[in-house]
Order: sequence, then structure tokens, then C-alpha cells
Amino acid sequence: MAQVSMTVNGKAVSAEAEGRTLLSQFLRETLGLTGTHVGCDTGQCGACTVHVNGRMVKSCNMFAAEADGARITTIEGMAEADGSLGAIQAAFREHHGLQCGFCTPGMVMAAAALLADNPKPSEADIRAHLSGNLCRCTGYHNIVKAIMAASGQDVGAIAAE
Amino acid sequence: MALDNKTDFKYIGTRPERPDGLDKVTGKARYGADAYAPGMLHGAVVRSPHAHARIVRIDASKALALDGVKAVVTRADFAQDLEGEDWNLLENTIAGEKVLYDGHAVAGVAATSALIAKDAAKLVDVEYEVLPHVTDVDAAMAEGAPVLRDGAADHSVPDGLHPNVVRYTEFGRGDVEAGFAAADLVIERSFKTEAVHQGYIEPHACLAQLGTDGKGELWCCTQGHWFVRRMCAALLGLEATQLRVTASEIGGGFGGKTTVFIDPIALALSRKSGKPVKLVMSRSEVLKASGPTASASMDVKMGMTKDGKLTAATGTFRMQGGAFPGAPMDMTTMLAFSCYELDNVHHEGFDVMTNRPKQAAYRAPGAPMGAFAVESVFDELCEGLGLDPIDARLKNAVKEGTRSSFGPKYKAVGLIETLEAAKAHPHYSAPLAENTGRGIASGYWMNWGGETSVSLAIGEDGTVQVGVGTPDIGGSRASMALMAAETIGIPYENVRVNVVDTAALGVNEPTHGSRATYASGLATIEAAREAIGKLCQRAADKWGIDVDAVEWKDGAAHPSGPNAGDFEPLSIAEIAGEMGSTGGPITGHHDASPTGFGGSFGTHIVDVHVDPETGRSTVTRYTVIQDAGKAIHPDYVEGQFQGGAAQGIGWALNEEYIYGEDGRLQNDVFLDYRIPVASDLPMIDTVIVEVPNPGHPYGVRGVGETGITPPLPAIACAVSHATGHRMTRLPMSPPRVLRAIQGKGVS
Repeated sequence: MAQVSMTVNGKAVSAEAEGRTLLSQFLRETLGLTGTHVGCDTGQCGACTVHVNGRMVKSCNMFAAEADGARITTIEGMAEADGSLGAIQAAFREHHGLQCGFCTPGMVMAAAALLADNPKPSEADIRAHLSGNLCRCTGYHNIVKAIMAASGQDVGAIAAE
Repeated sequence: MALDNKTDFKYIGTRPERPDGLDKVTGKARYGADAYAPGMLHGAVVRSPHAHARIVRIDASKALALDGVKAVVTRADFAQDLEGEDWNLLENTIAGEKVLYDGHAVAGVAATSALIAKDAAKLVDVEYEVLPHVTDVDAAMAEGAPVLRDGAADHSVPDGLHPNVVRYTEFGRGDVEAGFAAADLVIERSFKTEAVHQGYIEPHACLAQLGTDGKGELWCCTQGHWFVRRMCAALLGLEATQLRVTASEIGGGFGGKTTVFIDPIALALSRKSGKPVKLVMSRSEVLKASGPTASASMDVKMGMTKDGKLTAATGTFRMQGGAFPGAPMDMTTMLAFSCYELDNVHHEGFDVMTNRPKQAAYRAPGAPMGAFAVESVFDELCEGLGLDPIDARLKNAVKEGTRSSFGPKYKAVGLIETLEAAKAHPHYSAPLAENTGRGIASGYWMNWGGETSVSLAIGEDGTVQVGVGTPDIGGSRASMALMAAETIGIPYENVRVNVVDTAALGVNEPTHGSRATYASGLATIEAAREAIGKLCQRAADKWGIDVDAVEWKDGAAHPSGPNAGDFEPLSIAEIAGEMGSTGGPITGHHDASPTGFGGSFGTHIVDVHVDPETGRSTVTRYTVIQDAGKAIHPDYVEGQFQGGAAQGIGWALNEEYIYGEDGRLQNDVFLDYRIPVASDLPMIDTVIVEVPNPGHPYGVRGVGETGITPPLPAIACAVSHATGHRMTRLPMSPPRVLRAIQGKGVS
């Protein structure tokens, strides 16, 4: 057991963890932040995506100990300070960018990382960026639309042809 | 039940935000793995590394000696003397004398942490005597194939077939030989499809609590918690109603969460340890040991006249559904020719056991494989005779009154309407780029009603709560709220729909068979109507008039007939505010097993570019056209169309279970079992056709499943046209397509 300390969604946290504890397990089991979902444990599905020091990371592919001293943002930290939804969250809700919703936290975190680097992504940019986040319900159609809308672009301009 | 013929809908057909949207974009929604209980243990499952082996001995002593380990269960900890499907279910949940596939559960362990449980599972020592195995459907039927289990075949199987053939069906009508003789062109082809997985992103997960008194609580991600209750009670020897099952939010299911895999093991561990036990599958466990769909080997022969009329059709469908009876050959045979008027038709189906996991339902179970074969042959007939594939389909398309290939006459259905919409769609006449082919295919799913119970209660402020028993897998709470709002005449926001636990309602079948919006919707409307009757009675009592002289409109009671205008209308909020002193709570309830579910036809158009150097296929444009009867929430209808198409694209191009010579699954992670990612797909265009279903008050047809039926053949036809080689085997992975292009065959 080792003491692991980090800042999660702006709050300092510290807890004991076995060396083999994954960051996803630490967030979910130790801190109770169950919005970070685990769909595959092998880094393909992206449901566990969080931000570590501002970078998008699949938290099942990182040990909690590796995040010692880091600044972590999870889906629970994505709302505005007054509790209202962030722009990406609001767009996912408004544009029905989810069906079962299990991939949604990871999608929102991945989208936030994209828009931080590329505020006006094309459809192709969005699809390329999301290629490490699996959704089985939507065919990605409304997810792409939601991210387009969150970036302030015209959703109607994305044609099916 | 008569159709309301209501066309002036106020709420139905609108696209409001879903009630669970906030929780799902903020991480608050609680899925299967998100439940915790005081003193909770974590479980892990010991699984077979062999495809087929006799269990000689299980020694758990080392595991039990590990600090933190509280219980180990094996087959001896479950009900004994089960028969039939209950025995199959138990045998699949935890092996008895033999393990039957790679990943088959042998034992369960519970410990104070998930990491210790995992360590303990590795310490359970199982000695096996390895037996010969078979994983391919054709190989399993061949002479000399290893026998999985003698005596598993039922009375339908004719003498002389291999013991692995456990069910058989044969039916048809007319004279197929005369029909083929009357054709100008007859095409006969053999096809194969591989097993695929539903691929829900949420692994199976549960939290179980079971006392030695037989009373228990189970939280799990499931499409049907009453089914879970019945199965768990049978496997653990409990009385069904002593077990209360709560459905968590569900992270996808597509049919794969209509049965149990780990829940009975968690309950047994809880009973043995006296503590709550949480059990969560890894992705590898999901792929190896949940319920993928069947694989198929099929022969289809069809004849057509030169003006495009089908003269006869025959199909032989051999399906493997794993180590137990249950491959969906019944649905495959029934639905294979369901799009067409046929006087001469014959079907034959085989259900074959192999050393693979017990198959579970996957979106329109059995239908996509048959459609792949039949629609591909139809396309080749059109190609050979120089006919437009939509015009030829219109010449043969079933409509109201047509006798189906499987017997009954169709009621109002929308196949012709989807074909006409496809022909009129700009996609159909758009020019094609180089090395690109276009495919057209139609498909059908007959939908389902099933046991349904819904309760509705008026709150003291005039808002409404609805309790349904069908887990919300794609937005059904929004659809129920829209139907309740429409019926009662109150805003959508004033209705809250809850998926309630098994102690709150009578038996509800799962969210399966595309039944939830149809059946729970119908029951919601009827429960609302019952409550409206009671609201009117309260108004009548207050006014001192007969209830027949009270009319309900726009969320209020109005005096009507001779009393019209005598009293001010009483709103639902006013009546509800007084209900404590006017007779108590006002509720509505409806139980049904409705049979007026109307089937849904769809037609898909797809363009596929094939790279002639690599054989890689890319879907460049996709249009889904499907009959929804009446779209309650059009965004969610379109979402079902898009999701079905995307899963079909994966099935057609990438996805397959790959078993090695050793009978072990070689691709048990998402890296190797590759479902479509965002960059694989285009936007998916949708057209909702509405041919109202006379069996639902507002005309609803289920829409969830049909959408996965046309993609397999549509994409196969597009690749065939792009390459000039008829594709008869799925998935059309790059190496397979390259071999076809190079003239080396398609297998």
C-alpha cells in the first residue's frame, strides 16, 4: 500500500492504494466517482477517459500511483461552477448524442480535449479524434452532431452524402 | 383495440430532451457496476481454458487460505435436479461434469477486494481431462464430429443426423420444382456468416444479497429483471417473489442482456458468505462467456421470370448457437423470405451444438443471416435479368392481405412504402465514384407484445408518475412520458416515468422483441385512460352530475352535453389537490399481453468503396428507410435506425469470432474484436415511413430490430458490384475481399 495524492476536480484528495491499482479503480472505488465507466480494461473503449494535467488519458491504462501529484478532471468536474451543464454536456443532451449513455462520460471528456486543441473541428477531425472511444448504440451520428454544435458550428451543414 | 385515428398530436412526434439526459451527461446515472453496499465483497469467476474437457477435480483449498477470501462456490452450491431449459441455463452458468467452451465458468470466489478475488480465482486448482472439440457448424454436423452431449436432440430431429443436431424444422407450400421450371433464371448459392457479439459497452455487472432464509435482493444491468428473477430463483432453488430484482441503468444490451450469466453466481456467493457480493465481468469474459449470436451456413435457391416475378424459393439454414440448443433457426427460416409473395417456397433449419458459449439474442435474432442469403440471391437475379432491384422488389413485395412465406396473412405493413421512398430518395440516383458499388436490400422483423404491467399515479399537484417494467435502453422513458402526456393532456415535463423493481408490478417481459414502446406504451395509454375515468368521476361527484356528462380534454374535466357550460372546468391539479378528501389516491393500472404488435419493414441503400489494392471496404453513404407506424419521439426512432445500420456494418465488414485450432477464442478484446469506430462510418441518413399499426392506440410499431436486417445483404451487394465478385461470406474483411478480387474465391 502506498499513499497516493492528487487534485481531482479541483479538490485535493489522498488515499492508500495497492501499487497495481489502476487510476480508473482509484477514481471509482476509492473516491466513489462512478461517472468514469470501465468498458474494456484494455484501453480500447474510451469510456474511462479523464484528463490528467489537461491531457486526455484512458484511466484504465494508468496506475493511480502514476497520477500522484497530478491534476485530474473527470466527468463529475465538467459542469460549470454554478452547477449548470458545460457546453459539451448541454450539446450531448440537446442533440441526443447518446442512447444508453454508458460511453457518454468518455465521449464528453474526449470532445473537451479535442475542442481545447481545435475549437472548430471538421466532421473528419471529430471522427478521427473519437476513434478511440467506442459507442455501440448511435452509429456516432448524433455524437458528431453534438460536438459540432458544442463548437458553435452549424449542425445542419453536416450532410449525409 | 381500435386505432384512435388521432392525427392532431400535440406531444407525440415532438423531440423533447430525455428525462435521464442530465444524469447521463454528468456521470450521475448508476449502471450495473455503480452500486455499493456496506460490508460488500467482490466476486471473481474461475473459467475453463479448454474448449471441451471433463472436470476431474476442483481444489479450492489454496484460494480459501488466502487472506480476505470469504467463499468459493461450485456447481454443488446450486439447485440440483433441474431439467430442460433451466438445466441448460445452470449448466451454462456454472459447469457440471464437463466444460463445454473456452471461458465456461467452473467456480466463483468472493473476497474483500476485487484484486484479492482475482488472485484467489487463479489459486483455484481445476484438473481437466481434455476432450476433442468442434467449433464450426458444418464440421459439428459431419460424421465423426465430437459429440457434445448425447440425448440433447428433441423429437423434431429426423433419424440419421449427428447427435449435435438438436432441433430441426421444415415447412413450406406449393410445388417448388414446378416453380423453378417456370423461371427464366434460377440462382443457387451457399453462404456463411460468423458469430458476432452484441458489443454493448457496459460489461455485465451485479450486486447480490441473499440470506439463508431464501430472501434476496439483486441489482443488475439487464433488459428484463423479471426474467432475471425467474432464472435466478430456479437456479438457486428460491421462490421467485422472495427475490427482489432492481434494474440499474443499462449500458446497452441489444438482446444480450435478456438472460443471466453471473447473477446466479453472485447470489450463491452471497448466500455462502453471508455478505453482499458484487460481480463485474471483464471485457474478455464478456466476449468469451456471455451470449454472442449464432453463426450460419446457408443454401438459398430462387427462380425469377424475366419480368421480375419470383416463381419459387428454397432455403436451408444451419445455425450453431454454442454448446446448448437455442440457435435462432426458427426465426431465420420464418423470416428469410418474409419480404416476398411466394406460392412455392420451402424452408429447412438445423440447430447445431458446438463448443462455443450459449448464444443469446442479438437484435432481430436470426433474421440478418437469412436476409443476407436471400437478398443476395435476389440481387443476383436482378443483375442477371437486367432488372432494377427496387422495381423487381415492388413486383414481389408483400402487402396487407398477402399470405406470408411462413403462413399467416399480413395486416397493414409498409414494405412497398419503404421501397417507393427508397426509389424517390436522391441517394438512389446519385452518381457513383470509381471502385464504388451500391447495394439495396429490404428486411423485416415481426416485433413482439409480451407480458406487460404498468401503473400510473396522479400526484397531489396534478403531475403524473408512471411505473414501467421495461428497462430504458434507448430513450423509452421519454416515449412513455410523451404517450402519457398526450393521453392526459398535460405537458411532457409533468410526467415522470420510472423503471420500477420486481416488487412493484406484475411480471413484465424484458425490453426485447422491439416491444417496449409498443407494449409498455399501450399499457401506459390504457393506465392513463383509467386514471382519466377516475378524475372525471371526482369532477362529476363534485358537480353532482352523471360521469357520462363529463368530458376530459386538455388536462381538465369539462361538463358536457346538457350540463355544458354549467360549471367551470376542473383541471387535473385542482382535482388532485382535493383527492385526499374526495376518495383518496387516483391511479391507473393496466396489465396486458398484447398481440397487435405490427411488424416493421425497412429498405436500406448503401454505397461502398473497395480499395482494389488492399481489399478494404469503406461505407461512403448510407440511407435507412423504415416503417415506424407512428414515431413517438422521432430522434429516438432515427437513433434506432442509425444504431442498427452501424451494427450491421460491423457484422458485414469486420466483426467475427475467431476460434483457433485449439478451440480457444483468439480475439477476446476490443482491439482484435473490432467494432466500428467513428472514423469508419459516414453520417447515416434516415427516412421514417409511417404506416400506422392498427394494434396500437397511436399506431406504434417497434423499430429497434428491423434496422440490422438489411445491412448485411445491402453491403454485400455493394461490395459485389464494386468488385465484380459475388460476396457470399461474412465478414468481408480486407483479406477475404482481396482474395475475391484476385479470383481466388471468397471463403
